[in-house]
Amino acid sequence: MPSAPSKLYSDDVSLLVVTLDTNPFFWSTFSFPFSEFLSHVLAFLNSILLLSQLNQVVVIATGCNSCTYLYDSSSDKSHGSTSGSMPSLYSDLLHNLEVFLARDQQLAKPWGNAAAGGGGAPPSSLLSGSLSMALCYIQRAFRSGPIHPQPRILCLQGSADGPEQYVAIMNSIFSAQHSTVPIDSCYIGSNNSAFLQQASYITGGIYYRPPHLDGLFQYFSTVFATDLHSRAFLRLPKSVGVDFRASCFCHKQTIDMGYVCSVCLSIFCEHHDKCSTCGSVFGQSQSNVASSTNRKRKA
Amino acid sequence: MASGKVVKKAKYKSTVKDPGTPGILILTEEKLVFKPNDPTSSNKLEVDFKFIKSHKHTKEGSNKPPWLNLTHSQGSYIFELETFPDLHVCRELVGIALGKHGEAAKVVSEEQLSAAEMAQRIKLLQEDSKLQKLHKELVASGKLTESEFWATKKQLLDRDENRKSKQQIGFKNSLIFDTKPTSDGRINQVKFQLTPEIKYQIFALKPAVHQAFLNFVPSKMNEVEFWNKYFKAEYLHSTKNAVAAAAEAAEDEDLAVFLKDDEILEIEARKKVRRVDPTLDMEADQGDDYTHLPDHGIFRDGSKEISEAQNSLYRRTLLQDLNRQGAVVLEGKTLDIEMDNPRAAAEVLARRKQDSDAAIEDERRNRISKMNQIEDLQAQNDHRFAPLCIKDPRDYFDSQQANAVKALDDSQAGMEKTKCSLSSEEVYGSLRASISKIKATGLRDPLFSPEVALKVLNELTKNISSTKSHIGKHSQDSVLDILPTTTKEKLLDQWVCSQELLRHFWSSYPITTQNLANKTRRLKDAISQVYSKLEEIKVSAKSDLRHQVSLIVHPMQQALDAALLHYDADIRKRNAKAAKPNGF
Repeated sequence: MPSAPSKLYSDDVSLLVVTLDTNPFFWSTFSFPFSEFLSHVLAFLNSILLLSQLNQVVVIATGCNSCTYLYDSSSDKSHGSTSGSMPSLYSDLLHNLEVFLARDQQLAKPWGNAAAGGGGAPPSSLLSGSLSMALCYIQRAFRSGPIHPQPRILCLQGSADGPEQYVAIMNSIFSAQHSTVPIDSCYIGSNNSAFLQQASYITGGIYYRPPHLDGLFQYFSTVFATDLHSRAFLRLPKSVGVDFRASCFCHKQTIDMGYVCSVCLSIFCEHHDKCSTCGSVFGQSQSNVASSTNRKRKA
Repeated sequence: MASGKVVKKAKYKSTVKDPGTPGILILTEEKLVFKPNDPTSSNKLEVDFKFIKSHKHTKEGSNKPPWLNLTHSQGSYIFELETFPDLHVCRELVGIALGKHGEAAKVVSEEQLSAAEMAQRIKLLQEDSKLQKLHKELVASGKLTESEFWATKKQLLDRDENRKSKQQIGFKNSLIFDTKPTSDGRINQVKFQLTPEIKYQIFALKPAVHQAFLNFVPSKMNEVEFWNKYFKAEYLHSTKNAVAAAAEAAEDEDLAVFLKDDEILEIEARKKVRRVDPTLDMEADQGDDYTHLPDHGIFRDGSKEISEAQNSLYRRTLLQDLNRQGAVVLEGKTLDIEMDNPRAAAEVLARRKQDSDAAIEDERRNRISKMNQIEDLQAQNDHRFAPLCIKDPRDYFDSQQANAVKALDDSQAGMEKTKCSLSSEEVYGSLRASISKIKATGLRDPLFSPEVALKVLNELTKNISSTKSHIGKHSQDSVLDILPTTTKEKLLDQWVCSQELLRHFWSSYPITTQNLANKTRRLKDAISQVYSKLEEIKVSAKSDLRHQVSLIVHPMQQALDAALLHYDADIRKRNAKAAKPNGF
């Protein structure tokens, strides 16, 4: 996937924006503990910064009720850990994460009682919010001057897709596609995430669901650590699972043969009198159904 | 032919030598009737087309008069028509009539192919071997008729047509230099080179010279003298000696024609200005025949003197020449005519100009009449079709959100619904505890065991290389390249064939005529044949390739299946309809 060319910069400098899923409802019920997950992630971020002096890393937390920037490697602020046992990357990030979780919990208060009732699915994390924040940061990086690293987004997600965020996520996917920013996704939940699969497919990123979570760092460094320039001559896991078949607009079932409206090209699995998308009336529907038939073939 | 009857004045000749009896020829699709002008003549004719075997006619370009020859068993009837268009009209009707009464045993091709079209088709077939193969397979074995086959290839035929249309060659832009004389330093003579091209161009450039040519040659002087005079005038112009020019003009009135300004040009220029949209503000409207105004144009010697009125007539400016030349070159040649007869060429040119003038007048009148509607805010023509309406794609996505939600809910049904029995405080608390744990203990050391790393790496490698072997080394590789060439060729041939058949098949629905019904029956047989051939290919593939081959063949067979199913369903429906004629 060709990314925006960075002039006067070596091609393998990357700006990696990581969206970290911090949905507590998910982590509390997930088999893999959050602390281990976080340690893999922190090691990975460190290794990214080691690859090149000019690499930049930005971490955004995806919470239930809000999102925030956790860490920006190019900023000058650094707390310096009290015990001196870890580099500032870790301590800053962890500190900010604690602050964020406290705030997030504050925001959750009004619905806290409802969730305690034990009904319903766990609330989903605000992926659309963190994607938007990531894209904003990347836009700022684009406008910072002629010299900028090649940006990409990595979504570390575990919680399921929130259907109410469909439109917002699709919008951010299209804007990422427009600015040629690939969205990689590492999904650790149980079933595949349709949103993230689509995101990676449309923007030219990689979607991978690691089967062995205890070797998560190995997956990170093998699949997701490569910069965009090097991806041209590396063979990375192709997602063979994206279903390219068209789905009919009325039932969302995938179909091989169906009816196509000649005005707006929307696809239906059965004969209709009127197109539901553009409202055009189909011509005299004779008993001979063939008059409005168009055959479609499996790609 | 809109009506089936043609009535023309003609002369009937029983043989070629016969001077012919004048009369009226009436042609209908059933018979022809000839009534002579002279009621006492015995040359009346009334013949059914059944008895006419064939027809011949004389060609337009030849010197023969327009004759139509209808042969019958005992001889032929020859009709001499007045003009060739008449002949063409009669010929068409005769063709139709004969076609109707022709023997039914022959396969009648509905189109009358001219020799040129046949030649074009043959050339296309020869050039493209794939097309030829397809043609042989489909038409030779009777699955498709010629006309049906070529009906879908109209694009190819049209493309060929366009290639053949020649580009018109326009005027050369170097006229001014072409007629530069070569002069011998010693003798007091200058020589000009003239070709028919240049003559033609001069006529186009200077209408006054053209007019003079038509007037003077051959009545007053012959061509050579004319051109001598013309070039004398040119020479005088080039010497910029206006006084000498005036003197010469006074002596020789023919020369004067060339020396003075081109009146015809002026008139034309004025006409052109009038043709401009009257709403366009042109200040120089009246005086814009730029041949006269002294401050238009650069004098060749750079001076800006305004000389006496008398002599100003004999000056020509460089700008005028250039403008005129540019205009003529842009207009281009209006016709390809033979160059060897300048007189004829000149006449034809004059005639063509008249025609074009008339056309321009018409166009101008049209434009003016249309312009009057600018002020009115007229209502739109109401269309016979509903205007195109495509919704904003965002609306679509928003409306589909409900569907997406439903789809996701369905997909989540499979997941175990982890009931959130913990309260939010508990979950946040547990998360915070993990973070504090890391802060206290730092990262795990080692992060993970090397066995796990090895396992992960092996799995990834296996995963990636297996997709590679399925899909191919490069993204451009296709499965077809893995197959042996014979299989590949066969598959591709079957693919092209089935595409063509399916295209014809689906375009014949809905079935309205018997012709289409026959066609679909033929196509259905052909499709079943292709289907069985595909089965053969699948079965005969080697065992390690069989899976790939069946993957390729599967969609083709699906499409053919769909066509066959549709055919059967349609037949059943039509039979059912036929069984109940009352529609109950």
